[in-house]
Amino acid sequence: MKKKSFGSLLFLSLVLLIMYLPIIVVVIYSFNDNTARIPIAFTGWSTMWYQKLFSGRSGFGGALVLSLRVALWSVLVSSVVGTLGAIGMAQRTIMDKKHATKMDAAMEMLVTLPIMIPEIILGLAFMVIFNALGIRGNELRLVLAHSTFCIPYVFLNVKSRLAGMDPALFDAARDLGANPARVMRDITLPLCRPAIISGCFLALAMSLDDFVISFFVYGAGEGTLPIKIYSSVKVGVSPMVNALCTITMGVIFLAVALSRYLSSARAQRQKKLARS
Amino acid sequence: METKQQDIRFSRLLKLPMYLWSIAFVFVSLLYVLGLSFLTRGEMVGVTNEITFGNYLRLASPQYLNVLLKSLRLAALTTALCILIGYPFGYLMARLNPMARSIIMLLIIVPFWTNALIRIYGWRILLMGNGPVNSVLMQLGIIKEPLKLLYTDGAVLLGMVYALIPFMILPTFTTVDKLDFSVVEAARDLGASPLYAFFTITVPLTLAGLMAGCVLVFIPSMGLFFLNDLLGGSKSVLAGGLIQQLINSRDLPMAAALSVLLLTVTGAVIAVYRRVGGSDGMSMF
Repeated sequence: MKKKSFGSLLFLSLVLLIMYLPIIVVVIYSFNDNTARIPIAFTGWSTMWYQKLFSGRSGFGGALVLSLRVALWSVLVSSVVGTLGAIGMAQRTIMDKKHATKMDAAMEMLVTLPIMIPEIILGLAFMVIFNALGIRGNELRLVLAHSTFCIPYVFLNVKSRLAGMDPALFDAARDLGANPARVMRDITLPLCRPAIISGCFLALAMSLDDFVISFFVYGAGEGTLPIKIYSSVKVGVSPMVNALCTITMGVIFLAVALSRYLSSARAQRQKKLARS
Repeated sequence: METKQQDIRFSRLLKLPMYLWSIAFVFVSLLYVLGLSFLTRGEMVGVTNEITFGNYLRLASPQYLNVLLKSLRLAALTTALCILIGYPFGYLMARLNPMARSIIMLLIIVPFWTNALIRIYGWRILLMGNGPVNSVLMQLGIIKEPLKLLYTDGAVLLGMVYALIPFMILPTFTTVDKLDFSVVEAARDLGASPLYAFFTITVPLTLAGLMAGCVLVFIPSMGLFFLNDLLGGSKSVLAGGLIQQLINSRDLPMAAALSVLLLTVTGAVIAVYRRVGGSDGMSMF
């Protein structure tokens, strides 16, 4: 038994090591003080790339602002549209006590299609349809495209939360005289809150992360952060990108660690409450 | 009856924005791509209204066919490697104690949430001619000359597996975690060898996660054009990259035809997945 667990730990650590190898390299190279055109040799420690990154002339600031603006708008749109849609669909099935209608099943396919198909197809589709409709503004194009692939994340999250709920809750509220809007405001939405929040975070991450679709939808200019990163590393190595990536990963690490800590703390608190 | 009518009307109202959005931006735009694929490319820019099947016939020419076959082969190879590494990983991870498990989960999720571009970029540095991998190998005396690692098919495969393996690990972990191991113990008590019990009990019971993983790895692997750009160089072209090149050269109808084909492959993969009993929605999140 002991031997087996040693072997499994070795395998897990080896895979994790390989997984982190490129990340570690990026972090180390972000402190490299080599200023050659392709700075591969590690010549010494320095923070100059961080200074350059924050000097305001790097062009990454504008890209970050655009990425954040697009992400926030897309999360806003997708959380409202996706949540209402999931509640609407679930309500129908709860009330009728039977499976979704054919129309609803087909629509569900359509709603979740954007996260099932290769991104490049969606990128092309958005590009041609926006051009055909004459939607020119870069930010609007990005928000429309990002909202479309963010809606499924919110929708699926809220849907699975609703599926685990007791329909009697809603029936009881209705029987006691609440109208559907009141049921939604006082019962459904509060119960769905955790799912809506986690759906929003997922949508936020997917929007900030997206490169392929943004690349096709975006016209001329600096682009979103991933587009800017792509154009600066496509031909060579950019130490400023190393610095930027290090900061990004640091932020993600802290955010993920914090959210896991908070959720485990909440779980423990609930366990304690249940025991007392 | 009155309340029921009211409920149905209200639920329709709630669904309306999502339905309209999906019809406008998913259905109509994909339909537009389908229509575009039957048009002819214009002399200078845009398209003419001449209807043709020529784009699809051109897809069968060796030039396109080779790229398609290469993409499919790479996608299949990526999926196979992800199963070989990701499935055992997810399985072993689910069998650890809760503390170790949550640490590994954290370590998996951070790269998963980090932009794939950033992680692939790290490999670019590692694999360069005078990069860390070559210098370590040379210092260890394993090789004398730097190996050509970057801009090879192997580098692209590595990048694909690397970028997509979390999608295999996470669903596997979820299904193994839910597995009731007393059934495996029962098989062991009844005399099955560990390996026999694993392949006849554990694998079939965790097949849903494995298959969800396969779909989540296979489908994106056909379209990740930037990965090929960064690790495979400009000479190596895959289906995703070909679509991008066609868009750049303004041959939109051909790009549309290739997209339709890719969409058909995707549809076939999902249909097979549904057929063999995978759950819909691929709810790994």
